[in-house]
Amino acid sequence: MPSTYSAFQLFKEGLKGHTGWAPAWQDADPKPSYDALVIGGGGHGLATAYYLARNHGLKRVGLVEKGWIGGGNTGRNTTVIRSNYFYPESVALYDFALKLYEGLSRELNYNIMFSQRGIAVVAHSELEMEMAARITNAMQINGTDAELLNRKQVLERAPLLNQNDDARFPIFGGIWQGRAGVARHDAVAWGYARAADKLGVDIIQNCEVTGFLVENGRCSGVETTRGEIRAGTTGMAVAGNSSVLSAMAGFELPVRSFALQAMVTEPVKPCLDTVLLYMGTGTYLSQSDKGELVIGGGLDRIPSYGQRGNPPLQEEILSGLLEMFPAFGQLKLLRQWAGIVDVVPDSSPVIGPTPLPGLYINGGWGTGGFKAIPAGGWLLAHLMANEEHHEISRPFDLDRFARGRLIDEAAGAAIAH
Amino acid sequence: MQRFSCPFCGPRDETEFFYGGEAGNERPEPAENISPVRWAQYLHMEKNEKGRAREIWVHLTCGEFFVMERDTVTHEIFKTEAFHGERT
Amino acid sequence: MTARRLDSTSEQSSAESLSFTFDGRTLKGRAGDTVASALLANGVRILGRSFKYHRPRGLWGAGAEEPNAIVDITYAGQRTPNSRATAIALQDGMEVRSVNTSPDAEKDRYGLLDRFSQFLPAGFYYKTFLWPDWHLFEPRIRAMAGLGHLDPATQPEADCPQRSAHCDLLVIGAGPAGLAAARAAAQEGRDVLLADEQDQPGGSLLHRGGVIEGQPAGQWISESLELLDGHGATRLASTTAYGIYDHNLVCLWERRRGQPDRLWRVRPQQIVIATGAIERPLVFNNNDRPGVMSADSALLYLRRHDILVGQKIVIATNNDTAYPVASALAEAGAEVVLADLRPEAQAALPDNVEVRMETSVQAVEGKASVEGVLLNGQRHEADCLLVAGGFTPSVHLHCQAKGRLHYREDILAFVPDEPVAGTSVTGAANGAFDLASVLEQGHAVGSTKGNAPQASECLSSYGIQPAWPNPKAQGRQWIDFQNDVTVKDVALAARENYRSVEHLKRYTTLGMATDQGKTSNMNGLAAMAAISGRTIPEVGTTTYRPPYVPVPLPVIAGRRRGELFSPMRRLVLENEHRAADAAFREYGPWLRPAFYGKGKPEDEIQREARQARQTVGLFDGSPLGKVEVMGPDAAALMDFNSYNTLSTLKPGRVRYGFMLNEDGVVYDDGVVLRLAEDHFIVSCSSGHVPGVVMRLEEWRQDRFDPARVVIHNSTPQWATLTTTGPRARDLIAALGLDLDLSDEARPHMSFANARYQGTPIRVARVSFTGDRSYEISIPASRAKELWAHMRKEGDKLEATLLGTEGLMILRAEKGFIVAGKDTDGYTLPMDLGMSGPRKKRTGEYVGKRSLFTEEAERSDRPALVGLTVDDDTPLATGAHAVEDGPKGLRSLGFVTSSYWSPTLERPIALALVDSGRQRIGETIEIYHLGTRQRAKVTSPCAFDPEGERLYA
Repeated sequence: MPSTYSAFQLFKEGLKGHTGWAPAWQDADPKPSYDALVIGGGGHGLATAYYLARNHGLKRVGLVEKGWIGGGNTGRNTTVIRSNYFYPESVALYDFALKLYEGLSRELNYNIMFSQRGIAVVAHSELEMEMAARITNAMQINGTDAELLNRKQVLERAPLLNQNDDARFPIFGGIWQGRAGVARHDAVAWGYARAADKLGVDIIQNCEVTGFLVENGRCSGVETTRGEIRAGTTGMAVAGNSSVLSAMAGFELPVRSFALQAMVTEPVKPCLDTVLLYMGTGTYLSQSDKGELVIGGGLDRIPSYGQRGNPPLQEEILSGLLEMFPAFGQLKLLRQWAGIVDVVPDSSPVIGPTPLPGLYINGGWGTGGFKAIPAGGWLLAHLMANEEHHEISRPFDLDRFARGRLIDEAAGAAIAH
Repeated sequence: MQRFSCPFCGPRDETEFFYGGEAGNERPEPAENISPVRWAQYLHMEKNEKGRAREIWVHLTCGEFFVMERDTVTHEIFKTEAFHGERT
Repeated sequence: MTARRLDSTSEQSSAESLSFTFDGRTLKGRAGDTVASALLANGVRILGRSFKYHRPRGLWGAGAEEPNAIVDITYAGQRTPNSRATAIALQDGMEVRSVNTSPDAEKDRYGLLDRFSQFLPAGFYYKTFLWPDWHLFEPRIRAMAGLGHLDPATQPEADCPQRSAHCDLLVIGAGPAGLAAARAAAQEGRDVLLADEQDQPGGSLLHRGGVIEGQPAGQWISESLELLDGHGATRLASTTAYGIYDHNLVCLWERRRGQPDRLWRVRPQQIVIATGAIERPLVFNNNDRPGVMSADSALLYLRRHDILVGQKIVIATNNDTAYPVASALAEAGAEVVLADLRPEAQAALPDNVEVRMETSVQAVEGKASVEGVLLNGQRHEADCLLVAGGFTPSVHLHCQAKGRLHYREDILAFVPDEPVAGTSVTGAANGAFDLASVLEQGHAVGSTKGNAPQASECLSSYGIQPAWPNPKAQGRQWIDFQNDVTVKDVALAARENYRSVEHLKRYTTLGMATDQGKTSNMNGLAAMAAISGRTIPEVGTTTYRPPYVPVPLPVIAGRRRGELFSPMRRLVLENEHRAADAAFREYGPWLRPAFYGKGKPEDEIQREARQARQTVGLFDGSPLGKVEVMGPDAAALMDFNSYNTLSTLKPGRVRYGFMLNEDGVVYDDGVVLRLAEDHFIVSCSSGHVPGVVMRLEEWRQDRFDPARVVIHNSTPQWATLTTTGPRARDLIAALGLDLDLSDEARPHMSFANARYQGTPIRVARVSFTGDRSYEISIPASRAKELWAHMRKEGDKLEATLLGTEGLMILRAEKGFIVAGKDTDGYTLPMDLGMSGPRKKRTGEYVGKRSLFTEEAERSDRPALVGLTVDDDTPLATGAHAVEDGPKGLRSLGFVTSSYWSPTLERPIALALVDSGRQRIGETIEIYHLGTRQRAKVTSPCAFDPEGERLYA
């Protein structure tokens, strides 16, 4: 009998050596067929499987993962959750995710440690402050929380920021979203896996998709390294490998793969209480509960599927960090890695039907898929179960490229020069 | 830090180069005859090969565009050659 | 543990000349000590506390693998948190502070936590803190976590230099394998760079000794170094190769005495990875107690620092490498029991050592230090327990280079598979643990010629037997000392299905501490193998990620700080502007005068904008693009690249227009001058010069015959000095240019070549203000004279210097856009009121097809409009036009520019608003940070709509 997580249960188990805990999820062998099959055991895939069972009552749901669950970008990101977007479509999507995140630990009975410590996007000139106002207003109008901070308010939130007179990027103010924060990324995958498993979802690790089954022009399942699996409806959530899967299914995506690096320092006692992004350096960071500074920046400049970091960008990100926080020069880099992200021309996700009927996609998240996991799963499950869009996912359909109706946050909220 | 070989200047650090797109993406013309889907394909769709890819690059310091074949997983460079009007 | 310095005679103790403190206590050490050896010599047992349970932690090792001896060091006023005591050379005056302790390592008050450890197993935090809310608990947890303390006052300089180097052979590690490789290669005349992380070369030879080529190891090392120096090899001590990156770039971190650390980026023809091996712990009850140490490290402290780690020593082993250690310690005066779990050993039985075969350790007694050891169930009194659990090859760099591993049963270790192209792994890193094979392997990777150095009088057997963690054993058996991971935690992970080695790591935090699992990973995955009924290779290893050791951020960041991080482009006349009290601001990459004068910025800006309309303004427009397009196909290329047809432009004339992206969006606006049939100059926005050059080049090379058209960016060669206002012509006329300035000869949107005191110049009559304006472009080297002359003549005409801010007001009064400020990434040319080319042009041009998509045909597309308000408060730039809809507020667009117009004496604003042109005359709501205001939609041009002032 799967155990419920609680302080009481932890205490009880503590008395008997923690021998009574059940597997968080079971490793299933693939069945010959499912009502719904999800490709990809990252956060989005696991959430999709969970919501297929929970929201749509599907009993026979399978999920295949080529490696171990949560091993792609879910386990490689910098764990920031926010909805500080410009366009109403984006805010609707990411704020939906944020709201689901706010209740997720209790919903899943798994502490994902969502810490709503707020994010400050710091501006360094009057021009950038004008742009910050444009974004802040858009966020407020679109119904999410946002404040325009002045210099003093930024420094109250991050007193170690560079206040030197000769700082290359003086602090003018910034955009604040208080509900934003960070969460424990692995826990999101594991929490969804455990909750999905409880609802009867088959989670099949080490099972790689090698092709699609197509009958009468419709996707009827997949071929895998562990045999054929048939499915009534199939969804893919494999950001980082979207183009590989789409090539198997016979279509192209507006996706380019790039490495996005992240890194952590050695852990120190608390020294930064918010998430912080500098417009000037592009470096962003937060301090994990463990004490490590978790640092990220821009994409590598070279399209790649190689999941590893590269010195030129590291040097830029870290020098950017020291420009922001001179005191962090006493810290050491502990670990660096990279994830492969789907970069789409308008930097907005692709959610919707694919050119292969019966196959649905959730991908193209660029650098920001983690923050959208609950929404991405919810919406893909909706599509797979109903064969039609949820109103929030409609604008993110692949057809926007032919219609010319892109949702380009960079375009709307670019910093003018 | 990868090293690419500009067909004109020889091996240089990756920071001197800029990615121009996949090779062989012919610009569909004339505009009047091009369907929205075809235009979107030209503008946005990618092969995005995992493995051997043929790409257009520009060496920023000399300004020459050229074709490079490389492996997008291992980052092995197979060859670079001068650009002969292969559409970006 | 009663460690002590052996030669503590009175003469020798005067060698203890370095004074330092540990947790406030003053101690002495000597030159050559590491912080760890100095603490050991002083008999300090507890060096810190573990991350989670605050268990006392003592010294384990002597190198990069050290999990326990992590300290905050303050030296010369600079704090370095989380320093590895085994890697830091002791300095006089160092303040050393244990981490994660309060008030100090000895009396840490959170030591109590260990009593509740049964309720805090791996991942306990995932199972609780759900109610009422994580935020209630998080601050406490955060305060408990973390190791060292950051010092806000320590702000290291950006002074770490970075060097790039090439060599034939980079040898990483100057132990026996590395030295043999370096020697062999240098003798062949290859260019060798030898890097070693220790302060002196020799690696294991320094404490394991041996005889090579008939010489004692020390002598062979010296001879080898001489040989290398003689061949011109580069040697780096205290230098750690921390990462191998794409195309075999190796990054090295060099620590220098009295100088800032240095980063080396080395691109070798061949990399020799001779990084040795790390001794791993044996796992038994309370194996984490202070006083339980690596046997190999104990030998190192004896040989290199004259420190005997204990008086009554038990050595537990599963292999032969412990035997020479036992012998050496006994010889140094310790009572030594050697507990070997194997039935027999091949190594020579040492004298004065009690060897007990088939004997293993079950537990350690004592809390703050080792008091006794349970050997085969029997208590044995001891003050120190050394463990020799076998060696784990340091394959990190091989794996970073994407090399694979395989598991060797005979040595119970993962070793490199086929080497990666351009690299070789040799010696202990390659699983060779006896000196003879090490030297042979080392030599072979350095050269195919000659013979390897011959070793004698050294241990030649290993004979390791498995001694992996036993999941069934009693008590708490520690695998990751720093992060407090026990065998039970691994069992819990397995029970809960976190069985993949990556899940194991992430769930239990095994191997994620600052030592990155150098001592714990093998035991962890062996435990998982045993628990989950798999073999060790089936469990596999986690990914090895750089850096090999934690590297200070300033080493990686280098000198990139301030302007070296983000350089500014500067005007040739910067000093002249400064002398005129210019206040500089950044506009794109350029540092430009925002306004002049020492008054309040708003006042100065208003004054400039007002006066420029009344008399004449002088503006330095040098960053304006001057991109030349030349050749027989120049006109065709210009046509293709522009929204507006340019081939119909007459030489001598100027045309305003847009460049679009292929998605139809306005990329840039600006004017184009046609110098001759085959010669254009694109005067694009200053921030877009590189982009415009790139796109012209791209199409030139892709679509045109590159021999028939060339692009040349001459922006930096020319300064562009502008006059605008009713008296602009008077000012130009006063310069004596011998140029007919009549409107007939020189109408708006024309230009002419002329000379200024013999220097060729170009005078263009274009206007970004709506007033009569002339731009003079002059070679940058002559700009100073012309500017001085213009200012002198200007003074007579009551001219004002005009900064960028004032100019912004003037252009906004006219409704002229700044691309990227008054446009966004969706703006199509029609939105700015320019629909002609879209309707009329027949040929192809960049972006054309995108102007006919469903989206482009929308009737409610945004348009650039003007806004007026009733009161005197300008709208906020960034405010939105809104309407109330069924779902609340909806944005209709936003204010892109907003100013007080000193000429109109009212606020003016530009905005992009949905269906903007249809709304002209309407009143709309403007939202800004919770406030609402009403504004009337107008045409963008608020000043002189008839354009009469161009000819005023």
